[in-house]
Amino acid sequence: MRLGVTMAPASFQQIAALVLRETSIIYEPRKEYLVEARLHPLAVQAGCSSVDQYVALVGVDAQERRKAIDALTINETSWFRDNAPYQAFTETMLPALMASRTERRHISIWSAACSSGQEAYSIAMLLDQHLPAGWTADILATDVSTAMLARVEAGRYSQVEMNRGLPATSLVKYFTRAGSEWQVVPALRDMVRTRHLNLAESYIGIGTFDLVLLRNVLIYFDQPTRHDILRRIHPHVAGDGYLLLGSSETTLDMPADLTALWDREQLGRVQAHRPAGATNRPVHGLSATASPISAALTGA
Amino acid sequence: MRALIIDDSRAMRSILRRIVSGLSFETAEAGHGQEALDQMEAGLDPDLCLIDWNMPVMDGYTFVTRVRANPAWRNVTLMMVTTESEQGQIVRALAAGAHEYVIKPFTPDAIVEKLQLLGLVDKGVLA
Repeated sequence: MRLGVTMAPASFQQIAALVLRETSIIYEPRKEYLVEARLHPLAVQAGCSSVDQYVALVGVDAQERRKAIDALTINETSWFRDNAPYQAFTETMLPALMASRTERRHISIWSAACSSGQEAYSIAMLLDQHLPAGWTADILATDVSTAMLARVEAGRYSQVEMNRGLPATSLVKYFTRAGSEWQVVPALRDMVRTRHLNLAESYIGIGTFDLVLLRNVLIYFDQPTRHDILRRIHPHVAGDGYLLLGSSETTLDMPADLTALWDREQLGRVQAHRPAGATNRPVHGLSATASPISAALTGA
Repeated sequence: MRALIIDDSRAMRSILRRIVSGLSFETAEAGHGQEALDQMEAGLDPDLCLIDWNMPVMDGYTFVTRVRANPAWRNVTLMMVTTESEQGQIVRALAAGAHEYVIKPFTPDAIVEKLQLLGLVDKGVLA
């Protein structure tokens, strides 16, 4: 019995075959509920009385077929993914960095393997909320995929993507509607620049950053390459800066030369890597302040 | 924790019920805002309402304003789940007292993540 699922098995098989053919993504049996959840709103919008009727429409209507495939092949990246790293950023890392950059008044961040840009723009939102007036920031977003970089540059996201972890207050503050999509506001877009980069290749000319986000990407490389990346990325993290890996990647075994390069520091629920001997330590209690961007957005 | 699911689509109520039941919520359902208000006035005490906007009898926006007008329900978390996607509509719902806003279509993870933002679901659920 398929509890609560109203979609006919034949409809599920038809749509699963379509998605497999077009995208290589496999929807296995028992995922009927997921397919139904994603197609039901499209069925309503198309005026269909059931998901089955909508699947039949998808079979003959190219536009609906594209919508259905988009809904079923969603990039799983979300805004403020895992939350804890962003909390550690505003509560610990940013105050410490600001305390030692009072003259330069600039924060630089590298979102390595940025995918479609949610990580870079999530950080941009926090910088907008927490950097005082007179401070500037830039975020470098790199990825091996030029298609992903084009998405970051466009700063446009689908309705489905916007639902993933983005508070509604941030949605209305930092995005505007652009047809069926949402466009990041220019002030945030201007904070992010992109560059094509394969992490397994050279980082020459990339610069030095106060925070490098290298989350959930090392797992895709073999161990020698992971170690090589951690070795080569070291000079690109400021002496008192931070490197954040994914939550499942912080316990990766490191050879002796790497443990000599990196210290580990626990920041709440997050473990950061810092260049060995980094001297500045957390300064807690940074409060949200209105930046020029905030003021412009709110009309203040 | 108890969730009241308010949507005139039985299929959508079923989808939302499966998602929040999986997060250990008890669930109740209503087909429109007035039916939901009637249930709450009769003693149903939800921690969370998932609210469609366009429904017969009483729409979701009116329901939000009615709940917010009653101090006895000040602790109820209100989340719109709707196809209404105009920026002005979102601002209007938030100003009326909705805590969060999910635009259809959505993935099950989107609901879980929003409930995490609202502190109604433990952060570890998706870990």
